[in-house]
Amino acid sequence: MRRPGLLASTWVLFRKDLLLEWRSRARVNALLFFSLATLLLFSFALGPDTALLRRNAGGYLWLALLLASVLALGESFRVERENATLEGLRLVPVNARAIFLAKAVANAVLLAGLGGLLVPVLVALLDVRIVLPVGQLLGLILLGCLAIAAPGTLYGAIASHARARDVLLPLLLFPILIPALVAAAKGTALVFEGDPMGQFPSWVALLTSFDLIYWGLGVLLFPRVVEE
Amino acid sequence: MEIRGPEPIGCKNCRTTGSLGANGTWAACVSRRFRTVHLSSNDVELAPALHLHEVSKRYGARWALVRVSLTVRRGTALLLTGHNGSGKTTLLRVLATAVRPSSGKVEILGLDAALEPERVRAQVGLLSHAHYVYEDLSGLENLLVLARLLREPGSAATEALERLGLSPKDDRPVRTYSAGMRRRLALARLFLKRPAVALLDEPFVELDPTGVAELEARIRELRSAGTTLVLATHHIEQGLQLCTDRLHLEQGRSIAA
Repeated sequence: MRRPGLLASTWVLFRKDLLLEWRSRARVNALLFFSLATLLLFSFALGPDTALLRRNAGGYLWLALLLASVLALGESFRVERENATLEGLRLVPVNARAIFLAKAVANAVLLAGLGGLLVPVLVALLDVRIVLPVGQLLGLILLGCLAIAAPGTLYGAIASHARARDVLLPLLLFPILIPALVAAAKGTALVFEGDPMGQFPSWVALLTSFDLIYWGLGVLLFPRVVEE
Repeated sequence: MEIRGPEPIGCKNCRTTGSLGANGTWAACVSRRFRTVHLSSNDVELAPALHLHEVSKRYGARWALVRVSLTVRRGTALLLTGHNGSGKTTLLRVLATAVRPSSGKVEILGLDAALEPERVRAQVGLLSHAHYVYEDLSGLENLLVLARLLREPGSAATEALERLGLSPKDDRPVRTYSAGMRRRLALARLFLKRPAVALLDEPFVELDPTGVAELEARIRELRSAGTTLVLATHHIEQGLQLCTDRLHLEQGRSIAA
């Protein structure tokens, strides 16, 4: 019997993952309110210094996304653990790389959607102005979310086997995301405050390199992670 | 047909050291001179459905299987019996390549499970204690995902559901299904795949009497279609009616019954 190729399997699984997210909208709503609460807490913690809040707005956006990502990534593997569906996919058999690509892209889409919703909140809450073209901000959000999703999906799969999975995932994920977090936060700050020195492309290049490395590693290593 | 592997598994070029038997029994080539093994399609057809050689599996300090050897011809229905914890589920999971044995060799339809797990998985279907279904999708949606991955038409998913007494129009999520309905859905997954080797772990559990009768009929259909069957159950009388051979396991060791 002829099996679907990598891209066809990825597409089937990606649609399945999005359908599962849609069916569990309560979880998506919880993610949104968690991110909003994080942004609010940052603004309350730093007081009414609007200049300081505006200057750090990029960092708040990415910290809110990063904290939300731990919930989203953990949830995406809880669904697969529930009835051992990940094992079921392996035994179909589905190419493990297709499972990784579908899950990582679905996680990136979810996080990018969340990022897109948080930007107007930042504008309203912290009086942030978008100086560079909006397209550049959206592109940066997408690159940043891809940077979180690839290692997040890989480590989410590793952590899903552990008993202390909820603690293990951030412990594994946060340290390696530091370069991506710095690049995304700095790039976002430039979008909000202007880029007179032309630094924006450098941060985008760093983020793109991070994406290429970790998506490559994910595709390479995920089959080993999901095998016994 | 050419199969590459680290060990020869039946070499046409190695007449002196052994070859496949004409009656389908497996006599592996023991020569290590040839790393490339040439099998004709006729040879592959002659290979037994299952061949285990000295297979052991250890979980931590506990041995779930101890040097189990077994050869099952194609089309055989093997009844697997034993007390709880005797290794039935582990044996089925090893055969399905869901777990790797700690030692020993497993061949399914002439394919080495350690070297070619993907090809083995394409031929094997496992009905496990876990149902492999998504709780937030309906029964039909679950089967449609599988059908697309198997390149089967959507109508095959509908047909598989109907054959197991489930309605394709029922759009409730699986989360709301009863235990028996979940079992039927798991069986529908298996029938949709139409494997050459079907491994059934306690298939009658959670089914009502009607479901049991229907499942027995489906199992007989599988058998008449030439599917090799391994059925693990505590319902020995029921199993004996469906199976031709029997293997009893005690503390991970095989005892011919």
